[in-house]
Amino acid sequence: MANMAQAIRMALHYCEDHYALQDVFGEDVGAPLGGVFTATQGLKTAWNSPLDERGIVGMAIGIGLAGDRCVAEIQFVDYIFNTIDLLKIAGNTHWVSNGNYSLPIVLMTPVGAGIRGSIYHSHSFDAWATRLPGWKVVMPSNPLDAYGLMLAAVKDPNPVLFLKSKALMRVRGDELIPGEPEDEKTLKKMIDAPIGDRTGWNPQWPDVEEYVVPIGKAKVTRPGRCLSIITYGRNVLMCNQAADELHHEGFNVEVIDLRSLMPYDWETIRESVHRTGRVLFVNEDTEVTNFGEHLAYRVTQELFYDLLSRPRVLAGKNLPGIGLHPNLEEATVPQVRHIKEAALEIINEVP
Amino acid sequence: MARMNIARNKSTKKPLARNKSAVQKSENQKAADGKKARAGGWGLELPKELLLEMHRLMVKSRVLEERLIKIYKAGEAYFWIGGPGEEAFGVPLGLLTKKGQGPEYDYLHLHYRCSPTMVALGMPMIDAIRLIMNRATDRCTGGRNFANHYCFPEWNVVPVSSPIEVQYTIAIGTAWAQRRRNGDSITIVSGGDAGTAEGDFASCLVWASRKGSELPMLITVQNNGWGISTPFQGQHGETHVADRGKAFNLKTMVINGNDPVESYVKIQEAMEYIRRERKPILMETMVSRLYGHSSADGLNRRPEEDCLELFEQKLIKSGLLTDSKAKAIWDEYEKEAREAQEQVRQEPPPSEESIWDHMFVDNENGDWRKF
Ligand SMILES: Cc1ncc(C[n+]2csc(CCOP(=O)(O)OP(=O)(O)O)c2C)c(N)n1
Ligand SMILES: [Mg+2]
Repeated sequence: MANMAQAIRMALHYCEDHYALQDVFGEDVGAPLGGVFTATQGLKTAWNSPLDERGIVGMAIGIGLAGDRCVAEIQFVDYIFNTIDLLKIAGNTHWVSNGNYSLPIVLMTPVGAGIRGSIYHSHSFDAWATRLPGWKVVMPSNPLDAYGLMLAAVKDPNPVLFLKSKALMRVRGDELIPGEPEDEKTLKKMIDAPIGDRTGWNPQWPDVEEYVVPIGKAKVTRPGRCLSIITYGRNVLMCNQAADELHHEGFNVEVIDLRSLMPYDWETIRESVHRTGRVLFVNEDTEVTNFGEHLAYRVTQELFYDLLSRPRVLAGKNLPGIGLHPNLEEATVPQVRHIKEAALEIINEVP
Repeated sequence: MARMNIARNKSTKKPLARNKSAVQKSENQKAADGKKARAGGWGLELPKELLLEMHRLMVKSRVLEERLIKIYKAGEAYFWIGGPGEEAFGVPLGLLTKKGQGPEYDYLHLHYRCSPTMVALGMPMIDAIRLIMNRATDRCTGGRNFANHYCFPEWNVVPVSSPIEVQYTIAIGTAWAQRRRNGDSITIVSGGDAGTAEGDFASCLVWASRKGSELPMLITVQNNGWGISTPFQGQHGETHVADRGKAFNLKTMVINGNDPVESYVKIQEAMEYIRRERKPILMETMVSRLYGHSSADGLNRRPEEDCLELFEQKLIKSGLLTDSKAKAIWDEYEKEAREAQEQVRQEPPPSEESIWDHMFVDNENGDWRKF
């Protein structure tokens, strides 16, 4: 079973061969390293850019304007902030040009906490990302979705931000990518670069097939009746675990992996909350002006009379950063125990 | 009338000290250039038709800009910013561009003073007027953006954007797409002098000059000596902005952008090099800013060298043009501009519903209320 880094790599390989992807670039993205999380190892179109995030985003916009397909990487999302105005330009290019230009670019970047990354390797970007109109934003929680969303992103004629949870990079899923060898070790031998000297090394790509996860479609990862938990990225795994534990305690909780933040799958959220009457939004970005707040607002507007308790948002604390010590990190961003606490509070609330 | 405007300013045309031309290149090339260099006379060593064509386009561009200013002053537009004073550089730039759509043709990453280049490319005046008057018929932005923020995909004129200097980091991308195609097309990027203090200018030099990955780019800086109200000396330690290219092993040029002949010859020389060698050139061009920064700046004529006035006088004195022929050209464009304004007045404004148009390609819904 591929991990997420391998899945992204195979997706990009597929896009090189089938979707005319011409450039995969960013800091240390090319040989010999293939990205600090190895997500671009062995790709024939991968190259190392100068250490210049504005240059990376500008280059991507220019390539998109010329009509070529590229996937650019910001090495850690913590370093994307000095490109915000360029991201705004990418988002407004089609709109402000009255439809004259489209911008088919993909920008991928590792996000979030969970790898003991301290202040500058733990940032989230989902709330920021949803404030960049004109961009589509996706955030997979498992390797298969990462593969399918990457194919969708490269195919899409609009700019797509592909947020990849750092903490999930080495996590394996439980579903094979179509064409992926069943044995993990075989896959590793085929596509992981050897330690040490890599000159002359070439990957042997498995014959992976087209598998597209449509942008804007959520997935129910745990069906349930008494509470809807809406989440994405690495929090999906935590929410699944919380739901499983609550299941043993007799509570039947639904978990929805949003997968796409823009556009988001309102129909799936609406149907679920309509049924359960209770909802919890979980993500890691800071809690003030958080994307979950937007969704909670919409729930109160459109499902107010279906609700049996107040909608809640469980998100990162509104702090300037995430401290390195586990005590600090775990008190800052949602953990399984926080999710369970919040879930029980909502379930036990008497209307 | 625009032409009288120019005549009134005759007394103010003292050449600026900083308008010295200095081309930094190999001794061999200097010698070669010596033969074609201006040998006294009128400095009009280009074919007569070309000189008259440049004059005609410069007049057209000036009349257009002065019309845009009038539209603003009459309260029929919310804002003006533009390029009167940059015609002698902008017109030859447009004429020398390999015009077309897609990476086989030149890309133009322009800023908000480039109407001369657009006019030389063939933009009808009425399109600039629709833009400044924010009509539904504004083909560049659908009534969304400021004057001189053009977008013409059929000529690879990518959207002009207000944030200063971003075009310099975006331009490297189209140049990259051209580099891999092995053709002769290039990417042209323009901006002002003050904006070169932004990191994007440095980014452009870094990415354009990487060894073995040099980009086919004409990087221009239109130095008008000002950033709104801050003079050049107030924000630059370097003698010429172009000098900064030397650290990146770029070929650099400083040219007199108030002389259309020098501009034409130097741009042509630069473009030939870039098309052939697939390497960048940094060109600084000294220009004037005849109506101040923008409509926020009073819109009065400034006592700076007027490239069009100088050029027209030279053409007349040298016998290539007569007073009455010149007047006829000004009158013709005055009429065209006035009529265009009258027509645009009748055209509809953008509708309220149109705000959601083109959020995503093919008008895929972008309104979250409808997700
Ligand atoms: C990033 C950014 N900062 C500030 C401004 C406001 N602004 C608009 S034009 C300008 C001066 C630009 O001067 P220069 O680059 O010399 O170009 P010029 O207008 O003189 O042609 C400023 C500060 C802006 N548009 N973008
Ligand atoms: Mg200036």
